[in-house]
Amino acid sequence: MPGLEDLYREIILDHYRTPRNRGELPPPAAHAVGHNPLCGDEIDVYLQVDGDTITDVKVGGQGCSISQSSASMMSQAVKGRSVTEVRALVRRFKGMMSIEEELPEGERAPEVEVKLGDLEALQGVVKFPVRIKCATLAWNTLIEALAEATSA
Amino acid sequence: MTLDVASIQAQFPLLQRKINGQRLVYLDSANTSQKPRVVIDAMTNFMETSYAPINRSAYQLAAEATEAFEHARKAVRRFINAPHADDVIFTKNATEGLNLVAYSWGRANLRAGDVVVLTQMEHHANIVPWHMLAAERGIELRWVPLTNDGQLDLTNLSSLLDGAKAFAFTAMSNVLGTITPVRQLCDAAHAAGALAIVDACQYVPHNVTDVQAWDADFVAFSSHKMCGPSGIGVLWGRQALLEGMPPFLGGGNMIADVRMDGFAPAELPAKFEAGTPPITEAIGLHAAIDFLEDLGMANVRRHEMEIATYAMDTLNERYGDDICLHGPTNVEVRGATFSFGFRNIHPHDLSQVLDQRNVCLRAGHHCVKPLMRLLNVNATARASFYLYNDQHDVDALADALDGASDIFGL
Repeated sequence: MPGLEDLYREIILDHYRTPRNRGELPPPAAHAVGHNPLCGDEIDVYLQVDGDTITDVKVGGQGCSISQSSASMMSQAVKGRSVTEVRALVRRFKGMMSIEEELPEGERAPEVEVKLGDLEALQGVVKFPVRIKCATLAWNTLIEALAEATSA
Repeated sequence: MTLDVASIQAQFPLLQRKINGQRLVYLDSANTSQKPRVVIDAMTNFMETSYAPINRSAYQLAAEATEAFEHARKAVRRFINAPHADDVIFTKNATEGLNLVAYSWGRANLRAGDVVVLTQMEHHANIVPWHMLAAERGIELRWVPLTNDGQLDLTNLSSLLDGAKAFAFTAMSNVLGTITPVRQLCDAAHAAGALAIVDACQYVPHNVTDVQAWDADFVAFSSHKMCGPSGIGVLWGRQALLEGMPPFLGGGNMIADVRMDGFAPAELPAKFEAGTPPITEAIGLHAAIDFLEDLGMANVRRHEMEIATYAMDTLNERYGDDICLHGPTNVEVRGATFSFGFRNIHPHDLSQVLDQRNVCLRAGHHCVKPLMRLLNVNATARASFYLYNDQHDVDALADALDGASDIFGL
């Protein structure tokens, strides 16, 4: 059995205790709500996209240490990045969670290098498959917010 | 203790399993129960010696299988004191039983504006089928509220029931552990001219059940929570009601005749049992009922009152305000199922940490999201005790909670 130290790394607990970018953004910022139907956790992601850049991001909602720390690290990682970089980051992160998503037809994987940085602390989650949904909740919500922001 | 738990545990092969050299502390029986050797053996033996189709072939083996299947139905009738075995319908689980009532009775009897009364502590299985009917038929749903200690607030029950066609309620909450006054609720429903539909999924495994003493109209429960296999459940219904209802699922076994221009349904209980039923599972359920009757359901109930008392005393004594146990404190009106919050630690994290000590409990919304919103939580941890749990399991839970605080620095 994998040990709890693989899951609850210090950096994760730090983001859980002191979440970054908590709050809301008023419209016209994009807003998406994500639910984990298994546990009832909810996450709000607010995105301000100007041109091709994510200029601000806020996170709200409630959840376990894994979903909350993942959301907090996600908010740090996407702020100031281009939309293309963020999409690449989402793919990198989901890949680390053993989730390989097919691209829509005609779309190619973005040719950008992104580093996961602190987010690599979450790789231990893969050893606890039940918790993968916790770690990816914020990211799936981010994709929805991104879709809203870029379709407007 | 009322029950000899050590000897009961010895009859459950899974409870002998050790993980990382430590014994299992299984506290998730409100979710699903473990299976005693007699149930496993009965199912294996049936498949090895007597398995065959039921109700449709003339050879001896098929006759034996049919007889065994119908014996199981008679065992259920006896176990819940139903008046007739033919009113005992085998379903997939309690959820299917409640859907059957909402679909078959509901669609035949409810029109726009008709009222169905539920309670605020219902499981999704006794909410969503009515929501689906509301969306289709425009029926109105009313909700019996709760008291602060998690019992039904019956102050305005008669006005809520005024004009209602059905009152569908749980006999025991899967979150709060609350046991509801079923007879009183059935009487109130009938006084208002409404049917009484009882979700007894959490109640039947832990208590003496008497559907006639309740004067209920429909009672649904699952086998897998009462030491039987998953894949089979029971809907008991008042005979006249079942006879007056259209079938639920169509297919083989549920017909008397099929022509190019229509069909005639079979008599009860086949009318509501389309297709090949869970045959081996019925044999397993029968063995589970025999097992429970040998222990005595009154003894099971007494045992769980002792465990519930010990759990509340132990957890409150050790953790005081750091633990928040939801539901009634009076063991007369509660079972041994406890939802709780602990020191602001998210239930997911709590259950993960407890898992390191092989303490198995559920974290989440327990398929009761409306109640979670009332409690103002997204999720709770839930420890549910059964006939194979004893004080050592309560102690193991209490000890394991200590470790959780260390990790999260709370």
